[in-house]
Amino acid sequence: MRNKGRTALFLLFLGILAALPLVPDLITSGFTYHVLILILLYASMAQSWNIIGGYCGQVSFGHSVFFGIGAYGAGMAVVKYGLLPWPGILLGALAAALVAMIISYPCFKLSGHYFAIATFAIVEIFNRLFMVWDWIGGALGLDYGLTDEGWLTFVWYDSKRYYFYGALILLAIVFGVVRWIEEHRLGYYLRAVREGQEAAESLGVNSTMVKLVAMGISAFLAALCGAFYAQYNFRVDPPMVMSLDMSMKFVLITILGGCGFFWGPLLGAAILIPLQEYSRIWLGGTGGGVDLIIFGLLIVLVVVKQPTGVMGILYGIARRFTKSREPRIAEDADDSGEVK
Amino acid sequence: MTLFLQIALDGLLNGMIYALVAAGLSLIWGVMDVINFAHGEFLMVAMYVSYWIGFIMHVSPLFSWVASGVFVFILGALTYRLIIKHTIGKSAMSALLATFGLSMLLKNICLNRFSPNFRILHDSILGGKTFLLGDIIFPVPQLITGLFALGMIFILYYLMKRTRLGWAIQATAMDKEAAELMGIRTEWIYTLVFGLGGACVGVAGGLMPSYLAVHPEVGGLFSLLAFVCVAMGGFGSIPGALLASLLIGLVEAFSGFYIAPVFKYVAVFGLYLVVVFVRPKGLFGW
Repeated sequence: MRNKGRTALFLLFLGILAALPLVPDLITSGFTYHVLILILLYASMAQSWNIIGGYCGQVSFGHSVFFGIGAYGAGMAVVKYGLLPWPGILLGALAAALVAMIISYPCFKLSGHYFAIATFAIVEIFNRLFMVWDWIGGALGLDYGLTDEGWLTFVWYDSKRYYFYGALILLAIVFGVVRWIEEHRLGYYLRAVREGQEAAESLGVNSTMVKLVAMGISAFLAALCGAFYAQYNFRVDPPMVMSLDMSMKFVLITILGGCGFFWGPLLGAAILIPLQEYSRIWLGGTGGGVDLIIFGLLIVLVVVKQPTGVMGILYGIARRFTKSREPRIAEDADDSGEVK
Repeated sequence: MTLFLQIALDGLLNGMIYALVAAGLSLIWGVMDVINFAHGEFLMVAMYVSYWIGFIMHVSPLFSWVASGVFVFILGALTYRLIIKHTIGKSAMSALLATFGLSMLLKNICLNRFSPNFRILHDSILGGKTFLLGDIIFPVPQLITGLFALGMIFILYYLMKRTRLGWAIQATAMDKEAAELMGIRTEWIYTLVFGLGGACVGVAGGLMPSYLAVHPEVGGLFSLLAFVCVAMGGFGSIPGALLASLLIGLVEAFSGFYIAPVFKYVAVFGLYLVVVFVRPKGLFGW
């Protein structure tokens, strides 16, 4: 029953978001749309990371590689071959999943910090290789030319409203997949591996296989987000999509919202992105870096004070108010395990 | 042959400096199991300290490294007291993420205060001097910095292996609670270790402005290289970090010259991956 309720809640939420642009005088400026689109996009990115980092407990800092491959998939199809972006998006996402599985296989043998540093190294390697790879535009990147607007080309120039719907569809796909994983056998395997790999293996879970599948799905979804990012910015270049800063965003948003929670990434994005965008508008012009100083300070404070993220705070409040339904809450809170 | 030796020398000199940066990181990692993501920014801060002392008071980096070392020692100790202390015992990644926030904070404070301009000291004692030995050119500032780095690493190693303080640090690293029962004030040890780790990078950074330009982004690459050196050397092993750093310096120089400059970091990070895939705990790890 509870599961059906959660899915219904999710669909209701999507419906409310879809109706937002229809409310007159609610979203008046393009900038508001921009912030909303970024929230949806970053929530989707963080959710894709959440599969491997939150549910499975493998903290990867390499997701900007998969994000970048997706972005280049779309960019190459449009700029290099003059096609519609869709075949490029599909190929890019598949390539990202393949690359993810190939490079993750040896990395999963590493533990803790060795794994984290290996993923840093992979981001740097890909960044530098893409910088000098002429076939994909090298350091100049790929710039979109003018094309027809519309859903077919997935490019709009005048209004950001359609990008908003595009981002909403992206969010629905990514969150839908994660919702499905949560219910499916794979979700239980993932959490079992996170809580104790040896114990899970002793019960017959093939932990390497589970982690690889999760990494593949995660990379596929991250690449879809990357493709959207390219379509939204009309360009791709290596530092924009494949950098440690981008990788860090996947991780930070999820950690801030609540690692391993279904709603965590959305909450994290809904807090961090407006903060980032509005502080950039208000303070970014006043002499460099003030917005990022605040951002850095906030990260330190959140990590130090509330490592389970906003979801941790919410569960804490919920626990206080529903003493009588303790067992149910406790069962929910089981999902809340921190990344080990 | 001369060319080969010259490249090897440049690689080794760079490697020695990476080693001092990495030794500080390795110490912190070994004792606390914490990766200090702001390590490169500590280096940047040290370089700014030394640069401003040189610029305002005309003191050469040859002497102002003392001030940078002390400054970053305090910065490191404060970082431990204010941030790292609260992340110990929580998830393994929280310290890394918190120090990532700190690195962002430090980088942008320097950007805000000192502008993104590249700054280099022109009137330092060592700046721009070279001498010839056979056909090989020895750049004096790099050489002095490299030798300083080696000296510091030997002092650090001696401190860890031969003094009571070093034993106390090792005991704390092995088992915090048992060390506390033996009367070791582990909180002080942790603060001191973080300060010492900072001081290593502070000394390295203090010497560098005589040949390397200071700017707010200078630390990023150094911290990545230091992570790689430390992880390649093995968990908390200072000799391992030294060896890995020299190796990385050589690989960087040779691949930069014989393949292409853009591929030097591909080679460096690729080497790291190969090493940890073969030995998942690094060269000297257990």
